[in-house]
Amino acid sequence: MVEQVKKLLDKRLKSIPELEQLRQSIISDRDAGRITVSVCGGTGCRALGAEDVVDAFSEEIEKKELAVKIEFKETGCHGFCERGPVVVVGPQKIFYQHVKPEDVPEIIDVTVLGGKIVKRLLYTDPITNDEIPYEADVPFYKRQTRLILGSNGEIDPTDIEQYVAAGGYSALTKVLTGMSPEQVIGEITKSGLRGRGGGGFPTGRKWQSCRVVKNDVKYVLCNADEGDPGAYQDRSILEGNPHSVLEGMIIGAYAIGSHQGYVYVRNEYPLAVEHARTAIEQAMEYGLLGENILGSGFDFKLTINKGGGAFVCGESSALIASLEGKIGEPKAKYVHMAERGLWDKPSLLNNVKTWANVPLIINKGADWYSKIGTAGSKGTMVFSLVGKINNTGLVEVPMGVTLREMIFEIGGGIPNGKKFKAVQTGGPSGGCIPEYLLDTPVDFDELTKLGSMMGSGGMIVMDEDNCMVDVARYFIEFLKGESCGKCTPCREGLSKLSEILDRITHGQGRPEDLDTMTDLAEVLSSGALCALGRTAANPVLSTIRYFKDEYMAHIINKKCPAHVCRELITYSIDAEKCTGCGACARACSTKAISGEKKQPHVINQGMCIKCSACFDACKFDAVTRS
Amino acid sequence: MDIELDFAALQEIITSNAGKVEALIDSYVDKKEQLISLLQDIQAEFNYIPQDVIIRISQKLELPLSQVFSVATFFKAFSLKPRGRHVITVCMGTACHVRGGQRLVNKMARDYKLQPGETSPDERFTLETANCLGCCALGPVVVVDGKYESQVTPDKLDKILKKYD
Repeated sequence: MVEQVKKLLDKRLKSIPELEQLRQSIISDRDAGRITVSVCGGTGCRALGAEDVVDAFSEEIEKKELAVKIEFKETGCHGFCERGPVVVVGPQKIFYQHVKPEDVPEIIDVTVLGGKIVKRLLYTDPITNDEIPYEADVPFYKRQTRLILGSNGEIDPTDIEQYVAAGGYSALTKVLTGMSPEQVIGEITKSGLRGRGGGGFPTGRKWQSCRVVKNDVKYVLCNADEGDPGAYQDRSILEGNPHSVLEGMIIGAYAIGSHQGYVYVRNEYPLAVEHARTAIEQAMEYGLLGENILGSGFDFKLTINKGGGAFVCGESSALIASLEGKIGEPKAKYVHMAERGLWDKPSLLNNVKTWANVPLIINKGADWYSKIGTAGSKGTMVFSLVGKINNTGLVEVPMGVTLREMIFEIGGGIPNGKKFKAVQTGGPSGGCIPEYLLDTPVDFDELTKLGSMMGSGGMIVMDEDNCMVDVARYFIEFLKGESCGKCTPCREGLSKLSEILDRITHGQGRPEDLDTMTDLAEVLSSGALCALGRTAANPVLSTIRYFKDEYMAHIINKKCPAHVCRELITYSIDAEKCTGCGACARACSTKAISGEKKQPHVINQGMCIKCSACFDACKFDAVTRS
Repeated sequence: MDIELDFAALQEIITSNAGKVEALIDSYVDKKEQLISLLQDIQAEFNYIPQDVIIRISQKLELPLSQVFSVATFFKAFSLKPRGRHVITVCMGTACHVRGGQRLVNKMARDYKLQPGETSPDERFTLETANCLGCCALGPVVVVDGKYESQVTPDKLDKILKKYD
């Protein structure tokens, strides 16, 4: 009896056939007729109330005794965060948006039991006004190729068996049964995969350089310190499909001969930490991590480390310093980390997305993978399409799709009839790309040519209401705060740049400022110690290159054309439009607005702090700014 | 006077938790390299990192005091000052910035007299900023005590904060 219980409790898989048996038994246990209902449980949908929707489903399923009929799960991020909470009812994948707990009984009665569609929860195409019932037909999803993100909406990330049932860990078994480490590296090299963390270094070459170093101790590291503001795809992958990253890392470890790995996750991502931790525990339990993995004789352990909230730790040598318990200061890279990385041992560091690509390449083959993308950049890239855009969310497309397709077809264009101004890619080290370059295909090399970069895949769309000088100031301010302060060009250069940009946005710019900033940029790019500093001036350079007229408007005319820079705006009230309702005066925190009831009001410019509260409060467009 | 009393109360909390602190530090004696993790545990316990604890860590883990102090001050996640009952985090990521995130920080300065990093004198709120919380679709985002609020405007912020006292 005890033995039987023990056997049941011990889920450890001792061989590869045992994993296949498990996979088959999970699949055959599933009732083919069951209807799947998945609620997105990503951070975005949770913020919009997805947990209440999950509770409502659980209650309703229990109340109506439908547990046998419905396969209900809380999955990872579906990507279309703007429309959350998102519920998808399978197998035909009916897509419901903005679902509230009170909608749940109707979804169950009408859709799950009745087979009909709840029209009011459907996505409506903003152009054609058509209601779109199925996920695959929603324009946001239609043009995507979701190789990495696809499983996010299908599996419960806290249940390893769902990953296994979906074919998970089959790349690992393929590697362990018939591939030598050299063959694995050969396959990755042949696939053309390049590092997804920003640099775009060929992954296979990186692995090979670590493989050839002779050392008993080597480390495999995952960079999940996704610090680029406006990028959250790594978070979504770790939250929604952590085992795909683990599987990639185990394969990487096998290829270079490592037995210990670390996942370095941002402190700001509590759910990603939790799901990655659960995934590691479950993989240990099932014998997919630890000693003698699947009876192959190969050992590999994984540990999670939480970051401390420093942007610079996304830089490889700073990340290693942080893993060693030191402050996250980068080092000069005279010696490559493939030779001396973590604790001076050979180390292989890849981004979350890079690791998640590995099982895919092994399973489907390098030939298949290298057919996707452009000549120099293979595969797909996950972008976070955010800012002033209708369809905000995570987008996965083959490399080579144009910026215009991304923004206007997948992203659905700019909200509120505003005009597109720029798209910022590559995080703080990237640049702003103007409208006339939107037909550029997106890949590593093309973005670099435009003075921007791929970075971690953030894509922030800006409209006519955004001031490009303010955007440059924002990034420089950000980088100034995040500079570790170790090397002079970065520490002092960013301080100076920030000072100048502050002056310009306060109406005290001088004509020579643009040249001074360009000079400073040169010092940074040639003299800074790490990539953070060397690329730090990109936001300034790219905005000067493409939006010089906006700088000139600030410097010469002392005007902010987008009405963002507070010191350069004047608020006034149009006496003809003002109805004297007093809404502006009530909103004003400095009591700068006065006027009789039902008579036009006036703003006392000396008291006005330009907070825009009156502008927002006026329902008659009577408050104007110039 | 009030401030003195507060410090006495805090000291009391630390002293009464001495056993817990010791045990926590002890569990890291063999893994000095996980100093950041230890500091995170300490902060989770006290809401900040008390000075005494920094000294104690340095002694027990045999790490230079300067190293423990530099790590505790380098990383943004750590606070060496006690924080308020409610921690407000305003996201300053790019997506939130282009949608008006800065206005929320201005609002906190104007109406709540709080700059980022400060705690209100009544210890009700601590204001913090984050570089990006990764909920860019919902910007501007504010997190109060771990609860995410989406598309926050200065007006909406008042309504949200009313719920916390």
